[in-house]
Amino acid sequence: MKYVDEFRNPEQAKALSQEIRALASRIGRTRERPLQIMEVCGGHTHSIFRYGITQFLPEEIEFVHGPGCPVCVLPMGRVDDCVALAELPNVIFTTFGDAMRVPGSKKSLLKAKAGGADVRMVYSPLDALQIARQNPYREVVFFGLGFETTMPSTAMTVLQAKAEGIPNFSLFCNHITIIPTLRAILDAPDLNLDGFLGPGHVSMVIGTRPYEFIASDFSKPIVISGFEPLDVLQSVWMVLKQIAEGRAEVENQYGRIVPRDGNPLAQKAVHEVFEVREFFEWRGLGSIDYSGVRLRDAYAAYDAERKFKLPNLRVADPKSCQCGDVLKGLIKPAQCRVFGTQCSPETPLGALMVSTEGACAAYYRYGRIDTSGLAKRPQSNVTEIAA
Amino acid sequence: MCLGIPGQIAAIADKDAKLAVVDVGGVKRTINIAFIVNKDHSVESCVGEWTLVHVGFAMVRIDEAEAAATLALLREMGEYESELDNVRQAVA
Ligand code: SF4
Repeated sequence: MKYVDEFRNPEQAKALSQEIRALASRIGRTRERPLQIMEVCGGHTHSIFRYGITQFLPEEIEFVHGPGCPVCVLPMGRVDDCVALAELPNVIFTTFGDAMRVPGSKKSLLKAKAGGADVRMVYSPLDALQIARQNPYREVVFFGLGFETTMPSTAMTVLQAKAEGIPNFSLFCNHITIIPTLRAILDAPDLNLDGFLGPGHVSMVIGTRPYEFIASDFSKPIVISGFEPLDVLQSVWMVLKQIAEGRAEVENQYGRIVPRDGNPLAQKAVHEVFEVREFFEWRGLGSIDYSGVRLRDAYAAYDAERKFKLPNLRVADPKSCQCGDVLKGLIKPAQCRVFGTQCSPETPLGALMVSTEGACAAYYRYGRIDTSGLAKRPQSNVTEIAA
Repeated sequence: MCLGIPGQIAAIADKDAKLAVVDVGGVKRTINIAFIVNKDHSVESCVGEWTLVHVGFAMVRIDEAEAAATLALLREMGEYESELDNVRQAVA
């Protein structure tokens, strides 16, 4: 147990590990047909790999790394749109750093910047607004991205722009919502999940109620989880306990951050500015109904999609990349045929390799000491499978 | 971006705009605290409190112990420096 010393409370981790094993044997799955728990959020993916959490779990439990890394699910066509916006003569294109290296069909934003486009990394949408104030003769576009965690901040920035009447600021809105996505995952016929670890910070905004359909309509347990390794272990234990006791409920392990009703002020800002799109395209997952938002008509003046002409093309993912299969949990990252060869953090082919929250990047960094799933379904590429 | 970073609210920068100066690992920057204030919790009462900051917005109030644990977590995950660099990114 390489990382156990780094746990703030190793004794508790070991104790939880034992209880998890006991519950798992009560449930009685096998390594051939393991219990599959999807961690929805990329933050959890990172934590699971960083702390080698699978070594605390018996073989009959497997993590399926969910789609909850917003950078990773950005489709190529949208990146192309970003590049097209950034390359317009009078535009200053502002973005979070994470999105800079996501490959489009021709180039990333980083390459566009190297080619002379005015692309600037910002920490906050408020910084983009500030750039707009300082450059009244330029058009400043902010690339809005993320789930409900960052959506309120973008909404508030648009409200601020409108209140101040800043005409040269606009939003290229790529925000996505977690609930329709989870529903699409649950509706998929080839999926075999037994439970979920719910995202911590999305839930801090939306609360725990929106997940109730997972329990009521699909009879699956979901536990909203914190990001500490102990949080993750405890949440796994809670999921297992539900399964062992024949329950399917929404439980909240992260109550210290996530109130049942979320953050009403943040929800209000989101509701004021955004409306649901009929569908939105995801990398690897295709189009998911109602999974994205756009600006309401009242804020059309701040909508980059209405202000500028965008190519807005659907671009298929490269044939060699298997991001979709990884996102659906059908294969492990290392089983992708280009993992570690054509696709690495230095030269990412798929977006899952870009962000540290992406399953492939996490696998690349820590995967060699993590045996999650590999022992069960051996594949080429990975040589150092720990015995 | 999604994990956020804990910071301690050091001062109020603009009461009406609900802007505060937050101290994140010794780096000071102005953030928006509109999501954590309401009629029971005024702007002024935020000074000294810890909050989880996501992309320049205070999203939730946290206690000091939670802040310390989250900072340690970010360090161990190798996210601390990059997040701090992001926070530092001043708009010239
Ligand atoms: S290795 Fe690269 S191409 Fe393959 S699934 Fe991961 S990110 Fe996609």
